[in-house]
Amino acid sequence: MRRGVLYALFVALIALVAYAADWGRLREQFLQIDIAREQFPEIITIAAKNTLLFTLIAFVGGLVLGIVLALMKLSTITPYRWLAIGYIELFRGLPALLTIFAMAYVIPIALEVRMPFGQVGAGLVGLILVAGAYMAETIRAGILGVPKGQTEAARSLGMSSGRTMISITLPQAFRIIIPPLTNEFVLLIKDTSLLFIAGSTIQTKELTTFTRDAQSVNANGTPLLMAAMLYLFITIPLTRLVAVLERRMAKAR
Amino acid sequence: MTGVQEAPTDAPAIEVAGLYKRFGELEVLKGIDLTVKAGQVVCVIGPSGSGKSTLLRCVNRLEEPSSGQIRVEGIDILDPEIDLDKVRARIGMVFQQFNLFPHLTVLSNLTIAQRRVLGRGKTEASEVARHNLERVGLLDKADAYPAHLSGGQAQRAAIARSLSMNPDMMLFDEPTSALDPELVGDVLDVMRHLAESGMTMMVVTHEMGFAREVGDELVFMDDGMIVEAGNPRDVLSAPRHARTQSFLSKVL
Ligand SMILES: Nc1ncnc2c1ncn2[C@@H]1O[C@H](COP(=O)(O)OP(=O)(O)O)[C@@H](O)[C@H]1O
Ligand SMILES: [Mg+2]
Repeated sequence: MRRGVLYALFVALIALVAYAADWGRLREQFLQIDIAREQFPEIITIAAKNTLLFTLIAFVGGLVLGIVLALMKLSTITPYRWLAIGYIELFRGLPALLTIFAMAYVIPIALEVRMPFGQVGAGLVGLILVAGAYMAETIRAGILGVPKGQTEAARSLGMSSGRTMISITLPQAFRIIIPPLTNEFVLLIKDTSLLFIAGSTIQTKELTTFTRDAQSVNANGTPLLMAAMLYLFITIPLTRLVAVLERRMAKAR
Repeated sequence: MTGVQEAPTDAPAIEVAGLYKRFGELEVLKGIDLTVKAGQVVCVIGPSGSGKSTLLRCVNRLEEPSSGQIRVEGIDILDPEIDLDKVRARIGMVFQQFNLFPHLTVLSNLTIAQRRVLGRGKTEASEVARHNLERVGLLDKADAYPAHLSGGQAQRAAIARSLSMNPDMMLFDEPTSALDPELVGDVLDVMRHLAESGMTMMVVTHEMGFAREVGDELVFMDDGMIVEAGNPRDVLSAPRHARTQSFLSKVL
């Protein structure tokens, strides 16, 4: 009975939206087949490719940085711990957009340094700095999730603390955190869209920059809809994968 | 061979003197004196919380003693100058919860420290590992992962892992306490054979039969102190102290 009412409400809501929407205008603004055709093949060969490439670079960079920060935060040496805590708080507290902007424009001018690989390289450095801060917390939780007996067994076999971390603790920690790390990857896919603020050349446009430019050239929203579809095409399988992994891990417990 | 760490040949395997251990306010070990001679099997019994595990864990410094002396084959292991990893490689340790590495096959569990600590090559490490798996009756499980072993098999694999380092002595912390009763026998058999082969052993256990038949000496601990020690048969059949008597009357 209750369910019946809820379903009826849902159908009514859909009907209202369908009635209220101006379908003709929507089609004109977002479904222009000619404009859609014009985006190929660059929307795939440049834009989608760059989105994936930049995500991968930011992920790997963030992972390395995150491991270092996690180990610093778990260190018995107090200054290391403070440094890691300060770093993590800073870059998790700032909007990613601001960090990317700072790396692309403020830091190079203020310190007179040149970032590698031009503007997009500078933007990526910013993204890595942010990703590392988030991943550090995930990795730290993973390391703490490995039972103490594992370290004790390794140390009593004569392994050094560094060797124990590399051969025993980290491999097990990463198994625990594969689901949250995959989530991190999905977030990064979307965050590469912030790279537009760093500026780009034709060859370094990712999906959002590419389709925003196409949208303003054509004064039409069709490219944006295409970008949305492509993002979902990449992210939905990954979020599904996370769900499967989490279920499998819950079973393995 | 490194000069500094070479032991005097006639030194006891383990020498503990005046050992104290505190966890914050809690005093867990209150002046322990204990000697384990080379080739001896010393069993440690006592009520839960009496400090047996802590004592054992101080011997390879998994626990940091508060004060006192510990010598292993004549080497002062509390000396900050010594290479603790080298000392630990010579002391096998077997835990109640096995602590096999779940992400590695049984064979890799046995080879990883041989390779990383002793610097043995792949072939040699595998040979040593297989020899020790055979010793504990698990050669057919070499390629299995620990999750696929029964508790008894896991503990025997853990013993084989320690043996693969060719240790001079072995420490056991209630090795059969986490096992189903029907699996205890296999593990105790392995330990009995090990003792017969001349291995120096310090065994915390509740298995009084094992202590009586295999042990050269029995130590009864209570409240962080050694209350009574001596020939296992004597201690078990004619305990001299009231606390030993009351403990034994509960467990026998
Ligand atoms: N890491 C620790 N921190 C605080 N207290 C501990 C720690 N380890 C052991 N203890 C305490 O020390 C006492 C002796 O423990 P343990 O040596 O494990 O006893 P046993 O092995 O004889 O049961 C117990 O009261 C226990 O709670
Ligand atoms: Mg104990």
